[in-house]
Amino acid sequence: MRGLFVHTAGSVLGRMPDPSPDTQSASPSRGYGAGLRAIAPLLPAVLAFGVSFGVLSEGAGFGATASIVMSLTTFAGSAQFAIVSVLGAGGTAAAAIVAAILLNARYGPMALSAAGVFRGGRLRRLLEAQLLVDESWALAQRDGVFDRRIMIGAGLGLYVGWSSGTAVGVLAGDSLGDPATLGLDAAFPALFLALLSPLLGNRDALGAALAGAGIALALTPITPAGIPVIAATAACLVGLRGRSPAAQEKRA
Amino acid sequence: MSAIWTVVLVVGLSTIALKAAGPVLAGGRELPPGSARVVNLLAPALLAALVATQAFSTDEALVIDERAAGLAVAGVAILLRAPLLVVVLAAAVTAASLRAIG
Repeated sequence: MRGLFVHTAGSVLGRMPDPSPDTQSASPSRGYGAGLRAIAPLLPAVLAFGVSFGVLSEGAGFGATASIVMSLTTFAGSAQFAIVSVLGAGGTAAAAIVAAILLNARYGPMALSAAGVFRGGRLRRLLEAQLLVDESWALAQRDGVFDRRIMIGAGLGLYVGWSSGTAVGVLAGDSLGDPATLGLDAAFPALFLALLSPLLGNRDALGAALAGAGIALALTPITPAGIPVIAATAACLVGLRGRSPAAQEKRA
Repeated sequence: MSAIWTVVLVVGLSTIALKAAGPVLAGGRELPPGSARVVNLLAPALLAALVATQAFSTDEALVIDERAAGLAVAGVAILLRAPLLVVVLAAAVTAASLRAIG
């Protein structure tokens, strides 16, 4: 099964060669399959939300093709739900676009934080980066290092789950119920907390996390959705706090 | 072109560009040490912001609902070193149970 997915990953993303020795460890526990296994527990929830997006987008006047094309290209749940709710409530295309871009702006800094581990030509980096979503990015944080293969394995699982869920929702319609009844919306913050906790080993990381959560909560009632998470990136500036060279050495 | 297709195309292309900008422009390069320290803190800052907004906000309001209870149970499971699957399920089951009762 794992071999199948590795093969699929290779063909979808342009035949990735075996990693050169200077790239990440090729041990089986850290490969694409590990990313897929890591995301597996979340896939039922992702599928269910994909189905809801399909149902809601139909209701907002999307045709089947537009719904599925959006899941295949935008591949970002929060922005897609925001678009459907803006258009469904009679909002303009411009309002929907602005809301979605604000929500997705966090992918700029997220992808930048991982940029150093991307390999190969520009096209390959562009395609691999498309598999970066909150969950795959978060799962790929391993021991303070971003593991590109975990991100790709998990991202492919999410991509297939989200797109096929959308297709099911578009075709099967309303008969499937609300994921919130099953508590699936509570699964995501729990996942992010579980992935955050091992990163909190030093004072700077703890400070950045507390400041990030504080900024996001403080801005939630007063800014459009999407802004709180973007603004929270400012919390990483605690890394610039004045430090004597001795203290830096001690830390290293 | 219909409004819906305009939205699909503009948002799709913008999102592709947002995700690709860092890896395409700065991929495969070591960041200078000073900026690396800051960039490494993006992960905890963004993860904590995602926890906060996904557990405690609906649209643009702060709310405490069943998700908060799910998150608290997840926190206990994390402290007990439960596997990820258990943490996630504990949160979902907690929220679903409270909704079923309420």
